Amino acid sequence: MTTLDAKVPEGPIQEKWTNHRFDINLVNPANKRKYEIIIVGTGLAGASAAATLGELGYKVTVFTYHDSPRRAHSIAAQGGINAAKNYPNDGDSVYRLFYDTVKGGDYRSREANVYRLAEVSNEIIDQCTAQGVPFAREYGGLLDNRSFGGAQVSRTFYARGQTGQQLLLGAYQALARQIALGNVTLYNRTEMLDVVIDEGRAVGIVVRDMVNGKISSHSAHAVVLATGGYSNVFFLSTNAMACNATAIWRAHRKGAFFANPCFTQIHPTCIPVHDEFQSKLTLMSESLRNDGRIWVPSDADDTRPPNTIPEAERDYYLERIYPAFGNLVPRDVASRAAMRMIDQNRGVGPLKNGVYLDFADAISRLGKDVIEARYGNLFEMYERITDDNPYQVPMRIYPAPHYTMGGLWVDYNLMTSVPGLYAIGEANFSDHGANRLGASALMQGLADGYFVLPYTIADYLADWLNTTPVPTDHEAFRQAEQDVDERLSRLLSISGTRTVDSFHRELGKIMIEYCGLARSRPGLEKALSEIPALREEFWANVKVPGTGDSYNSELARASRVGDFFELAELMCRDALEREESCGGHFRLEHQTEEGEAKRDDVNQAHSSAWEWTGYGQPETHHKETLDFEYVHLAQRSYK
Amino acid sequence: MDLALKVWRQDGPDKPGEFREYEAKGISPEASFLEMLDLVNERLVMAGEIPIEFDHDCREGICGTCGVMINGHPHGDQKGTATCQLHMRKFNDGDRIVIEPWRAQGMPIVRDLVVDRSALDRIVEAGGYISVNTGGAPDANLIPVPKEASEAAMDAAACIGCAACIAACPNSAGQLFTSAKLAHLNLLPQGQPERYQRTVAMVEKMEEFFGSCTNHAECEQACPKSISIDNIALMNRDYMIAKFKDRRKAGQA
Repeated sequence: MTTLDAKVPEGPIQEKWTNHRFDINLVNPANKRKYEIIIVGTGLAGASAAATLGELGYKVTVFTYHDSPRRAHSIAAQGGINAAKNYPNDGDSVYRLFYDTVKGGDYRSREANVYRLAEVSNEIIDQCTAQGVPFAREYGGLLDNRSFGGAQVSRTFYARGQTGQQLLLGAYQALARQIALGNVTLYNRTEMLDVVIDEGRAVGIVVRDMVNGKISSHSAHAVVLATGGYSNVFFLSTNAMACNATAIWRAHRKGAFFANPCFTQIHPTCIPVHDEFQSKLTLMSESLRNDGRIWVPSDADDTRPPNTIPEAERDYYLERIYPAFGNLVPRDVASRAAMRMIDQNRGVGPLKNGVYLDFADAISRLGKDVIEARYGNLFEMYERITDDNPYQVPMRIYPAPHYTMGGLWVDYNLMTSVPGLYAIGEANFSDHGANRLGASALMQGLADGYFVLPYTIADYLADWLNTTPVPTDHEAFRQAEQDVDERLSRLLSISGTRTVDSFHRELGKIMIEYCGLARSRPGLEKALSEIPALREEFWANVKVPGTGDSYNSELARASRVGDFFELAELMCRDALEREESCGGHFRLEHQTEEGEAKRDDVNQAHSSAWEWTGYGQPETHHKETLDFEYVHLAQRSYK
Repeated sequence: MDLALKVWRQDGPDKPGEFREYEAKGISPEASFLEMLDLVNERLVMAGEIPIEFDHDCREGICGTCGVMINGHPHGDQKGTATCQLHMRKFNDGDRIVIEPWRAQGMPIVRDLVVDRSALDRIVEAGGYISVNTGGAPDANLIPVPKEASEAAMDAAACIGCAACIAACPNSAGQLFTSAKLAHLNLLPQGQPERYQRTVAMVEKMEEFFGSCTNHAECEQACPKSISIDNIALMNRDYMIAKFKDRRKAGQA
């Protein structure tokens, strides 16, 4: 077991980032055009990085499997983005945002990275505002803020319920400008299927054109993965249908360590599952918890319509158990509380699988117009899906997989354990520890893309001045292309009896049951015996129609699901080895008498980083010890 | 529910296409329209046939990836709703549903119901941005924006770029899409320095791909985000002014 070097700069935490920017290598403006950089993914992290690196003068090539960069799933983020501006004058500061984020992550993140995130949060708001992002405003024309879970200050900037959309469009437009200027080349409908390594460093990627099936190679001085998270391993999640782990998993197989795969976030406010054929789950923004009150009937057998249940017979359980934070406790806490209610058979709705999120009080206090202005589009979305009008009857909500804190291990420079290979945004494990706070994903994606990577990548590139990228007819590229081709051909040739989706659904059921909201040793061991068996069946019995040389979305899906099997196994293994409960990782064996997560700071204050050792082989477990110099480790309390 | 589908199938942009009939039996009224198509495809795969290709992703009505003509209406006839948000409870048992791709010369068919909308990216690349490099921005509250202006900009910025407006238009005009982006940026103080050159560049790029607007207003009806055609009036006005404006005096009040 090796100790990983996170390359955290020396000095007081407030000065680390400033000093680091001074200490690392720079590339002078005239030399930047000599460097080629590949970016995979055009969500908040990828688009902002591509735009910024293009502005700086690097030659950037960016890839997306969507038809347009603007479709990336960052677009679906609803509630907002945090920053320590302290515009509301309620006592916020960089230090408080840093502290809240480390605490919210249940003390399993790297202090220096989180501090830097809090530090650049204000610049993000400035940048986005200058780009024309239409953030909500007060009547005086200045920016408005709202509250989110896990914070006692209002620090969340928002654009109605479409903050992710507006931030992504800002980044997309900045990217479009660089494309028009010729600084960035865009490949759309092109999916990355492998990373190419030569002499121990990343030199390029292999991609498939999804329209004509053509496999080709692209080389560069550095490769940046901004390919998002892996919640779709659960099949039903709030992720978009195409979200997948292939890029980061292929990188992992080529040597990049995968950190904390079991740290996944189950979001408390999603629309409950309605039937067997459901394809995905829809999130209802956490911002709704600003004005909505969560409750279940006090009596498990109460089946009256919600509006006829008198106040005295309702249990506003979050307000009861956590009076200090009430309905705004962090996501992991809210999700587990909902799960306990449902486990006690107090769930509501036809399948008894939800809890109420009620706006009646807010509507009578503020009026329907105010609520509509704040959440109109969310209420409309809810009504489209459920056919219920949330202005009249309470919403029903249920926890659903939403975000993955785990991802590729990166150092302070956001470089993975493979030199020249970077991971940014949700694709890395960097800042959220074991639980992400609301409105922090947008912050991290844009921090990495606009303000961190564009500086830190120069430190690596400087050593490769006046070198040309490895040519794509080099043996390493040929081999990678051949591997990709063989894998796809194999999928097409199986011609079994089950569809890709049927396997994916079954995998998802195993994962949500044994590696979801609550985990236990026997459950995880069961999953670890079932997943390899299902994986073997997949490779023997999947049915993929069509050919490899045409538009074939079933083939693309099959390839992604094939990678999910391997990742799922690692998630369970990681969950099994982490003998504690923290944040989104809740081991039934490790809880307090009141059922809260019980950490083990003596033995488990580390990030786990896993090293691929070969197909079907147990991975090697490395640890990065987490030192807390500034944040005082304590049992998280939101009471 | 039992439904009969008539779906456009086409192997590629240069291949001939045709309608084919499919049965969709035992569909849950709770299913979304795309979940209905998922089920039809599952059955096609099991029957050894090639499934129907259609674009989709977030299934929350925000990414703009999905979109087909349903019985002649882009995204179906429920107002303000993207295809993925349309649910089968809006149909009746026994219905016959005709499903076609967006049709416009500027958006060639890729396969079946999938079309190439990259013309929209080209229009944004022509000027649909505010030129501000990362790092050079002043404090956000140094740029006060009147609330009404900010709200109006947001109304326009809500466009998801699905191209239903173009599919709905008898002229295949791109006015609603283009004007929504222009209104978003041109209504804000940050957008003023480039306002007129942006308008000219985007309008002229749009005209390379799409037809002319003749005020049918079908686009507004079809828009899943209910973007107003008022934006088109704003765009036309700015385009006209741009042709006369002495931009050297743009710094004067």
